[in-house]
Amino acid sequence: MTIADVQKILKAEVVCGNNLTAEVHNACGSDMMSDVLAFVKDQSVLLSGLVNTQVVRTAEMMDMLCVVFVRGKEPTAEMIELAEEFGIVLMKTPLRMFTACGLLYANGLHGGDKI
Amino acid sequence: MQMVCTVATRYEVNNLKLHYDVSGDDFTRAGEASGAIKATLKRLGFPADVIRRVAIAMYEGEINMVIHADGGVADVEIEPDLIVITLTDRGPGIPDVEKAMQEGFSTAPETVRNLGFGAGMGLPNIKRYTDTLTIDTEIGKGTCIRMTIAVPA
Repeated sequence: MTIADVQKILKAEVVCGNNLTAEVHNACGSDMMSDVLAFVKDQSVLLSGLVNTQVVRTAEMMDMLCVVFVRGKEPTAEMIELAEEFGIVLMKTPLRMFTACGLLYANGLHGGDKI
Repeated sequence: MQMVCTVATRYEVNNLKLHYDVSGDDFTRAGEASGAIKATLKRLGFPADVIRRVAIAMYEGEINMVIHADGGVADVEIEPDLIVITLTDRGPGIPDVEKAMQEGFSTAPETVRNLGFGAGMGLPNIKRYTDTLTIDTEIGKGTCIRMTIAVPA
């Protein structure tokens, strides 16, 4: 699916970035950045309820294309500035983490791990 | 932050040395040195998986220096076939390195966990992404972490 599909499925609002046609195949949902950094599986989308600049930096270190903030969390101006510098799309969804991850999974986005 | 020099392609790299001061008083800036190294390696044309391993390992080390040791210095040597990262701090030292290497073991306070780190994954992640890792630490004096990542031919 594309980042635009992610936006549509999660009823999300794009906060910054315009690379919405990029294809994404894997995602990761966590508030612990070290857990995100522990498993490199070419995830392109990070879902998080954590709001600080390290979320954007972690996404950048992992070459991720999009960060979705759940429960309507608002990224700060500093985070938006950093995401624009890195070319990362930021969006926010009113959905909770479990629901957001479940919807994306049900629509074909996977976690990159074997089940 | 100080950058010594950059060159055009990986094949022209000949012991490129980069030095960064990592500030301990601003968590939001933690990761700047790792980000700069990532950008440099990209410019030099290193393979994507090598760049990612270097970036993640150094980022975890940088975060550790900020949350445990009030900052420190990062020195990176770039050769065509090897990346060497040395992180040195004057923090409290690591009392039990073996325990610190276990996934999930953490001495980080709740405030750090609330920032998304301190889950006891820092050093294990560094080990996961590097080819060699040496930790020299002395209680009350500080810690020096040296990691290497080989670049496949």
